[in-house]
Amino acid sequence: MASSLAPSVASLNGVEKYFGAVRALAGVDLGVARGECVGLVGHNGAGKSTLMNVLAGVLAPSEGRVMVAGQAQATWSTRLARALGIRCVFQELSLCPNLTVAENTRVFHTALRGFGWRRRAANLVQEKLDEIFPGHGINPSTLVQDLSIGRRQMAEVARAFTVTDEPLALVILDEPTSSLDARTAGQLLSYMRRRVAEGMSFILISHMLGEILGNSDRIVVMRDGRTVADDMAAHFNRDRLVAEMGGDNHAAHDASPFGVVRAARPVCVRARPRGQNGDSELVAHKGEIIGLAGLSGHGQTELLRAIFDAAPKGGGSITLDGPVSLVAGDRQSDGIFPSWSIARNITVGSLKALKQGALISPAREKEMAQRWQQRIRIKTPDMDNPILSLSGGNQQKALFARALASDAQIILMDDPMRGVDISTKLEVYDIIRQEAAKGRTFLWYTTETEELLYCDHTYVFRNGMIVAQLARGELTEEKVIQSSFHEAG
Amino acid sequence: MEASAPRFGVAPLARTLLPAFSLALVLAAIATLNPFAISYMGFNLMLNLAIPIILATMAQLFVITGNDLDLSIGSFIGFVCCVAATWLTTDPLLGAGILLGSIIVYALLGALIHWRNLPSIVVTLGMSFVWQGLAVLVLPDPGGAAPEWLMTLMGFQPYFIPFPILAAIVVAAVTHFLLMGTSYGAILRASGGNAAAVARAGWSLLRIKMALFALAGLFGALSGLALIGITTSGDANIGSGYTLLAIAGVILGGGEFVGGRVSPIGAVMGALTLSLASSSLLTFMQVPPDWQVAANGAILIIVLAARALINRRKA
Repeated sequence: MASSLAPSVASLNGVEKYFGAVRALAGVDLGVARGECVGLVGHNGAGKSTLMNVLAGVLAPSEGRVMVAGQAQATWSTRLARALGIRCVFQELSLCPNLTVAENTRVFHTALRGFGWRRRAANLVQEKLDEIFPGHGINPSTLVQDLSIGRRQMAEVARAFTVTDEPLALVILDEPTSSLDARTAGQLLSYMRRRVAEGMSFILISHMLGEILGNSDRIVVMRDGRTVADDMAAHFNRDRLVAEMGGDNHAAHDASPFGVVRAARPVCVRARPRGQNGDSELVAHKGEIIGLAGLSGHGQTELLRAIFDAAPKGGGSITLDGPVSLVAGDRQSDGIFPSWSIARNITVGSLKALKQGALISPAREKEMAQRWQQRIRIKTPDMDNPILSLSGGNQQKALFARALASDAQIILMDDPMRGVDISTKLEVYDIIRQEAAKGRTFLWYTTETEELLYCDHTYVFRNGMIVAQLARGELTEEKVIQSSFHEAG
Repeated sequence: MEASAPRFGVAPLARTLLPAFSLALVLAAIATLNPFAISYMGFNLMLNLAIPIILATMAQLFVITGNDLDLSIGSFIGFVCCVAATWLTTDPLLGAGILLGSIIVYALLGALIHWRNLPSIVVTLGMSFVWQGLAVLVLPDPGGAAPEWLMTLMGFQPYFIPFPILAAIVVAAVTHFLLMGTSYGAILRASGGNAAAVARAGWSLLRIKMALFALAGLFGALSGLALIGITTSGDANIGSGYTLLAIAGVILGGGEFVGGRVSPIGAVMGALTLSLASSSLLTFMQVPPDWQVAANGAILIIVLAARALINRRKA
């Protein structure tokens, strides 16, 4: 199945992987040729990440063969993978937050030791950052914990391309742009294409189908632990990709407005970003979906947090009407309780409603969990399973369920759809609409312009301020990008 | 390009300066209450027991670096004291061998904690009784005698700088170099920050955990030797207070229980602050000795609460 264009860098033959009784990979064949970028798409839980972990040597396959550099690898490990030039940028950020960017580079390279290692590590990663993300503004001696999430991802990507004593033949990028804004994502993808032209190979995993279609030479679609399509990128388009992935064919953006005149409804949030010049402010009427747009890290998250902190009564430049709930964007650190069950993770936001006397009623807790499992379609045999047994997308659904199950009338969403597959997204969009129709208000920060099409009104942020606002009818990607980069009006 | 860029840079500075600030505060209080204490002899007296506390704090620091906690360091120090007051004096080779062996035991504890994925609190709590039991076996009644060379070393009086301060500077420099300076020190700290990432990069977490615990054992043994050099005779219960002091010193010095966030220099200052605040300051404030232990606890709570408050505001 491997492409016959050029000699294969790495290939997997009939790879199967079991976790207990669960079959995550059901006999996958995948080959990557020299100087080729393979796009890999599939729903969350289709097996992409497992497959990449096998290729990178993190997981041993239960069955099947790993061929690298023309040889079957009997004992495959991360160390061997690295020695043969295979690297992986994993989906969840894998930097050490307590170390500097340079020290993290040292962790990545056993060879960076001895006198002057820190300076060498700093130079190495600085050089790559300059090369991939010109104007990145990252100092290698900054602690990673002091960087924004976007910059952390930039540092991690740059680190993966640093070379000391090991070759670099194949880089696996697992959702590399999920925390990047449009500009830095573009820088990364064009860097990738330059390296492909020089003969390096890539596997690009992304839920942004446009990214896959625009940057891959070949596209492989995975579903239920196997590859279901493998073809030249030119033979694919968006519709075919979605169809192969088995996605429901929702009309992606049904632009029919809700048909409500804004002013006709009561205002329930009014907020001015700190440091706003002029008198622009964010206004949300009851039952509206409000979009917060702009490049990542330009004050959207800060405003959402300020609103959340001001709840329930408001204060300062924020007025509020109703209880508030927040769906976190960084679900690993701000969202889930990793050692709790799925049910507990959902019901923790509504403990008051579940009380019977002074205690929590297990029956009501169970009932609520069941209700939301059906409502939001969480894929699990048992809601009492640990939350970490769910795929990333389903974990995010559980966080939505937590917010929606609560009595909150105002739901704040901090770019919650990062790294979530398209069919999950479409399901959640539907639920957001239904809830908005019932009178809940959503403030939705998103880095994906497509999601803004679901919003009734969009505010564009730049440098911590609102620089433009667009009603549903006026919204176009160009306008958003334009106001993200230039002074409005 | 990102708007929030200039905001960063304040937090790291505050993190580094806090331990120095609390130490200065305690020193200022002492200087106000009793100006004569700020002198060569004054420091020698006030910091009499500072060296073993600093070394115990360093031992705890290495364990905390790997997101663990050592509840046995105090009784381990007691055990070392008893060995030093007996065999190290009568049969130096045997004594040194036992101390070396106990450091190896520490490394093996690290291996056990990693290998069986046990909570370090449980393992070290158990070990604290083991060390104490062994100490009682070695020296059933208080007594024995410290080796001559240890007493000479601890009685050293250099020019100008009081010995405890000189020792603090040396210990701070050595541990700072080990953890913050060397390239393997970065790996040790990385294991506390994100162990999965370290393993993925091809490092052995087992070896890292063993190294951290061996270093804890080494500094614990040094602490016991320093203590016996000062007290000159041994007692199985001599180190009992050191476990909590060591933890408090690390936290006061800017360290955190999880995440590999530690600062050796800060921890040395934390240990100095605690040794000053816990006896000299209270005596100068004319707190009766009966109340000093309770007052110690209160000081600890106030200082740590202040740290948490300031940290939160800066964040």
